[in-house]
Amino acid sequence: MLETENLGKTYPTGDEALRDVSVTIDGREVVAMIGPSGAGKSTFVRCINRLVEPTTGRVLLDDRELTGLGEDELRNARRDIGMVFQEYNLIERLTVMENVLSGRLGYVSNWAALRRNFPPEDVERAYELLDLVGLDDMEDKRVDELSGGQRQRVGIARAVVQEPKIVLADEPTSSLDPETSRDVMELLTDIAVRRDVPVLINIHEVDLAEQYADRILGLHGGELVFDGPAADLTEESKGVIYRGEEPPESATAVGGGEPTDVETADRRADREPLPAED
Amino acid sequence: MAAGSSTASDRRTWRRPTAFRNRYTKWAVYGAVLALVVWSVASLRITPGRFLSGLGYGYELIGSMLPPETGSESVARLVDRMIETIAMAMVATVAGIVISLPVAFGAAGNLSPRPTYYLSRGIISVSRAIDGLIVAIIAVIALGFGPLAGIVAISFKTIGFFSKLFAEDLEDIDMGGVEAVEATGATRFQSLVYGVVPQVVPRFAGLAVYRWDINIRSSTIVGIVGAGGLGVLLQRSYSRYEYDFVATILIAVIAVVLVAEFVSAVVRRRVQ
Repeated sequence: MLETENLGKTYPTGDEALRDVSVTIDGREVVAMIGPSGAGKSTFVRCINRLVEPTTGRVLLDDRELTGLGEDELRNARRDIGMVFQEYNLIERLTVMENVLSGRLGYVSNWAALRRNFPPEDVERAYELLDLVGLDDMEDKRVDELSGGQRQRVGIARAVVQEPKIVLADEPTSSLDPETSRDVMELLTDIAVRRDVPVLINIHEVDLAEQYADRILGLHGGELVFDGPAADLTEESKGVIYRGEEPPESATAVGGGEPTDVETADRRADREPLPAED
Repeated sequence: MAAGSSTASDRRTWRRPTAFRNRYTKWAVYGAVLALVVWSVASLRITPGRFLSGLGYGYELIGSMLPPETGSESVARLVDRMIETIAMAMVATVAGIVISLPVAFGAAGNLSPRPTYYLSRGIISVSRAIDGLIVAIIAVIALGFGPLAGIVAISFKTIGFFSKLFAEDLEDIDMGGVEAVEATGATRFQSLVYGVVPQVVPRFAGLAVYRWDINIRSSTIVGIVGAGGLGVLLQRSYSRYEYDFVATILIAVIAVVLVAEFVSAVVRRRVQ
């Protein structure tokens, strides 16, 4: 379970990219985060594994606070967070297998990494995932020989081979054509079910979000302005998210009463008395 | 008529803007450069007479170089020194590159913290600031005559060259892959060997061969100050006025350098 509490990020330039975002993501939910460019979607996702250092608030993964962890502990915590990137962020000159196995680096020694000597379980798992994402028999191809869709599948396999507690996807479809985008979304939702992990996807194609996500988060100007099931995303809520319109009284807004949010509120209340760890 | 001339004077003119502030500055700079050259020639007392007599001596020198010495004993000495030259270049290239690696990673702004960055850039500047022959003279004073001094001098020069260029390649890599590897929970060392190294291996090989080729050239010259290699032979023979042997040595130098350049060009084309 991932929780963020009042997460905020102000960049050194003074831009406030994220303000007071509190979200709980659990189970095998597929959560899509939508919002206009510059709304802070990417910042939010990167604050979770601290590729971007949040300036305020807390991030908790299975009740362990990630914000404030030292370098070694952060490394351990990152093993539990899989991440898929817009530009795939693969090492182009390495093989597909090496890229997938890089998801296991957190579990092997430096020497083993240098010699590409991964335990047989890891290699087996990598083969299974290559089958799952439809890249069987491609393990020895170099990544720069692959198409965009294939590269993103390698990226997904790398994230899943970590056996993460959550998968984060930062605009995974933005560099892909519509057909491939749907394949990738299908694969991500499939993984949530098969691996029993929540998947948080940043995405700017609203139709894809509505089609594949169970739940939608809407960001506008760094603030969470919508949190609800995909079915509740109305034209009005899109206006709120994309054009910053004032929400009408009746519309679903943050904390708008769906069961997950009540639970969230309860859990948060429970935790409040705990002393904040440094 | 009147109307025609008035439209002509209304026509806008255009001139290419100068790199200097205006045309007067431009001509002033050109004039100053010319004056500097004239003054240099005058202060060095280079006169047309001296230049002509110099040409005469040059002609005589070339005459005494021909035909080049090809006695078997001389050629054997030459071959010995050639082997020494190539060996010096090999050892100095390997040693220099081994030392360069940490300096290059330290001097890559995207990979290293500020203090390490400035320290590494400092090492590079020092190595680049001093000419190879001066380093060789110092090495000969410190270590005595022979190839060891040459190896030290050439290795020292390799550090500045190799670290600077390799650091630039390291700064040009795609950090996305490195970021992704770090996001999986990899250590810094792992993200270097997994994320960074694969991206720079071809450039590393190309630069190493290029520097090897430069080092072959350097190791033919450092012998002039006693630091081993063909240069030692060259210096000895012209101080004994054996100009025919000097010619043989020069031909050997040219041959070695051309072969090294050819090998280097072929290898670099293959890896890049």
